[in-house]
Amino acid sequence: MSAEAAISIPPMTAPSRLLMSGNEAVARAVWEAGVRVAAAYPGTPSTEILECVAAYPAIYTEWSVNEKVSLEVAFGAAMAGSRSFCAMKHVGMNVASDALMTMTLTGVAGGLVIAIADDVGLSSSQNEQDSRYWGRFAHVPLLEPADSQEAHDFTLAAFELSERFEVPVILRLTTRICHVKGLVSIGERNERPVAGFTKDVSRWVMVPSAAGRRLPLMFERERRLRAEAEISDLNVVELGSDRRIGFVTSGPAYMHVRESFPDAPVFKLGLSFPLPFASLRRFADQCEQLVVVEEVEPLIETELKAQGFNVTGKDILPLSGELSPQVLKPAIAHLLGEALAEQAKTAPMPVFPRPPTMCVACPHLGVYYTLSQLRNVTISGDIGCYTLGFGQPWNALDACISMGASMGMALGLDKGRSDAEKDKKIVAVIGDSTFLHMGMQGLLDIVYNRGNVTVLLLDNRAVGMTGGQDNPGSGRDIHGQEAPRVDFANLVKALGVREERVHVVNAYELPVLLKTLREETKIPEPSVIITSQPCVLIKDYHALKPYTVIEDKCTGCGNCIDVGCPAIHVTRRDRVTKASGREVDLAFVRIESAACTGCGLCLKPCAPDAIVHVDTLAMPIKVVRKSAELTPGA
Amino acid sequence: MSESGKFDTTNILVVGTGGQGVMTATEILAEAAIALGHDVKKTEVAGMAQRGGVVSSHLRFGPKVLSPQITPGSADVLLGFEAAEAMRWRHMLRPEGLVLMNTGRLVPPIVELGLYDYPDDPVAEMRAAGTHVFAFDASMIAQELGDIRLGNTVMLGAISDHLPFPAEVLERCILKRFASKKAELVELNRRAFAAGRAAAEAAAKAEAAAAL
Repeated sequence: MSAEAAISIPPMTAPSRLLMSGNEAVARAVWEAGVRVAAAYPGTPSTEILECVAAYPAIYTEWSVNEKVSLEVAFGAAMAGSRSFCAMKHVGMNVASDALMTMTLTGVAGGLVIAIADDVGLSSSQNEQDSRYWGRFAHVPLLEPADSQEAHDFTLAAFELSERFEVPVILRLTTRICHVKGLVSIGERNERPVAGFTKDVSRWVMVPSAAGRRLPLMFERERRLRAEAEISDLNVVELGSDRRIGFVTSGPAYMHVRESFPDAPVFKLGLSFPLPFASLRRFADQCEQLVVVEEVEPLIETELKAQGFNVTGKDILPLSGELSPQVLKPAIAHLLGEALAEQAKTAPMPVFPRPPTMCVACPHLGVYYTLSQLRNVTISGDIGCYTLGFGQPWNALDACISMGASMGMALGLDKGRSDAEKDKKIVAVIGDSTFLHMGMQGLLDIVYNRGNVTVLLLDNRAVGMTGGQDNPGSGRDIHGQEAPRVDFANLVKALGVREERVHVVNAYELPVLLKTLREETKIPEPSVIITSQPCVLIKDYHALKPYTVIEDKCTGCGNCIDVGCPAIHVTRRDRVTKASGREVDLAFVRIESAACTGCGLCLKPCAPDAIVHVDTLAMPIKVVRKSAELTPGA
Repeated sequence: MSESGKFDTTNILVVGTGGQGVMTATEILAEAAIALGHDVKKTEVAGMAQRGGVVSSHLRFGPKVLSPQITPGSADVLLGFEAAEAMRWRHMLRPEGLVLMNTGRLVPPIVELGLYDYPDDPVAEMRAAGTHVFAFDASMIAQELGDIRLGNTVMLGAISDHLPFPAEVLERCILKRFASKKAELVELNRRAFAAGRAAAEAAAKAEAAAAL
């Protein structure tokens, strides 16, 4: 998503303080820590971490096919004695957790740090979950930086901790760490010897008997980590002058607390799991009452209550979203029975919403325009730019929950259909990278269980939503170097889709797409329609000559607006009464030629042929024909 | 400048839509503040910014900055890259704060579809609500200079006389970005910066004259 944020790599010998995002700071520290292997799957807000790490030649970096594989790669390197790193967004750990939950038993040889970026405030995610649970669930330590400097410093500390306790360490970030820029003092790379892999089946082969012997070691490690938390520099007590309320807080919430209550005592947890109960008890004794400020679930609060602490938290603070000063100040004033200092307010002014849209000439535009023409269909969607197809003007996506889920949901919609819906068509829409991430298995399930689903595989050769990252479908690696490229048609055939049911269609050839969709949805067996035009944000995309509208020829039908292209603008509206007596709304349009890249999608629905190439207008008006040469990227 | 926590912090909110260069402009403002020895934090509420959605970038600088977010009602300056977006974020401004805004419009598909209306006159509506507004057509200025992408340099020129440091510091930070590229880019940006500065000054005079 945040591809607009430039990836800036600081010089190898750096000046004292640099303006860095939390993601850049983590990447720098990964390099400084002597890490040799780093892996990730892109996901907002974590994406830039690996993009920045990849710029350091000393580190092997990869885009993995999904987060579970990325963690397994990092773990393998850690078994081999290398320091290794992996980064993911919060929902990525749901996928990776199967590996995490057992590597906590084996532990690691080389240091392994896992950065998990929670999207507190839901800037670009399907849910808002609290990754601090994973520390507790997997019995691994968890660090929470509060700004870019700490993102850097805590990453280094996490590697130290990981090697001292032979345990994977979670570095918990949030959007407000990843994407905030602040000044950071950085250091140099510290190369480390690599011990090499030591064969030890009792440790690395987790069969029940071996795992059973590792369990007590894991709990003993947690006991030692709790003792470490009591003395760790990562946990800081700041005794203030106003002792009415003491705050226990972690991560970016600390900055909001400090900003809002400059004189209050604060226990800032950097190593926030396991909790240092004895230190917290001493802190509590110095305050009249204790308030826990944590984003987002009441984890610290619940554990403190279980220990008999008298604390307040989520009974006065929200259970979701950021705990910024405008949330904290009124809640605490109310708790203290004080009136909030009256602030002059500037009233909000109502303005239309501006939801994200698909890009000008995006190949998905034509797909959704076509899907919007289908009747009696349920469309099972997935995670990516094409999720936007649920919105106006297409209204052509009916469900979306998690990576790859379009496949299984579609099969379930097919098998669970009501008698009244027996003729309903089930279509699944999934992007190339999402398909490779977690969709392939779902398609295999559809085939194996003889589902009646038409799959639209939108191959745009990029992870579009996060800024056009490469993947096994793009034919390039994380450095942009040529890499083996998946052949989607052969892949889906290998999964068992019959050859006659596999079609590769140009996403800009709407009549062919519509015809293929109509035919395949009638046939009661699995089909896959692969669309094959590149994302307009990547270098594979080549812009063509822009179009414009001949003003006199535009009849105001508004059909072109239904494509949903952001380069089409209404110049005036009108309402006329037809001979039949029916009232019709007209919208006359122009094309923002500076933005138009000539995909030609809007030509297809334009009945009066009012849309022409910009340069044809400068010439004597000729008949302009719609033709195949208008297709970009081919 | 506004009181925030214990420290004297300047709050600048830069708003627009995805792809306009809002985040880059804020980054350059941050660099200028750093050059003068300030502590700086910059943060975005970008959402799915690249897809033409709403972008608001918070910049806070001063001796020591804690929370990266500007609290509603405490922005000193609101720099609006798009007319309706300036209106959307007006509540972030402190009552006596200043709006510097592009009157250029970016109309989203949701409005073109007839589902919502674009405000008739964002500048007049904000003024009627008592907000101090300097408005100018930065998109037009950039186009006249030959490239719509110069819009963010025009906007930075416009804010340059409303910062707690000299305009030249900001100008140097912009031109430094292009120094390694073509010389003509440096010159174009210099002109865009000057044009933005002049536009804001003219807008200030126009507002003062209207208030008489």
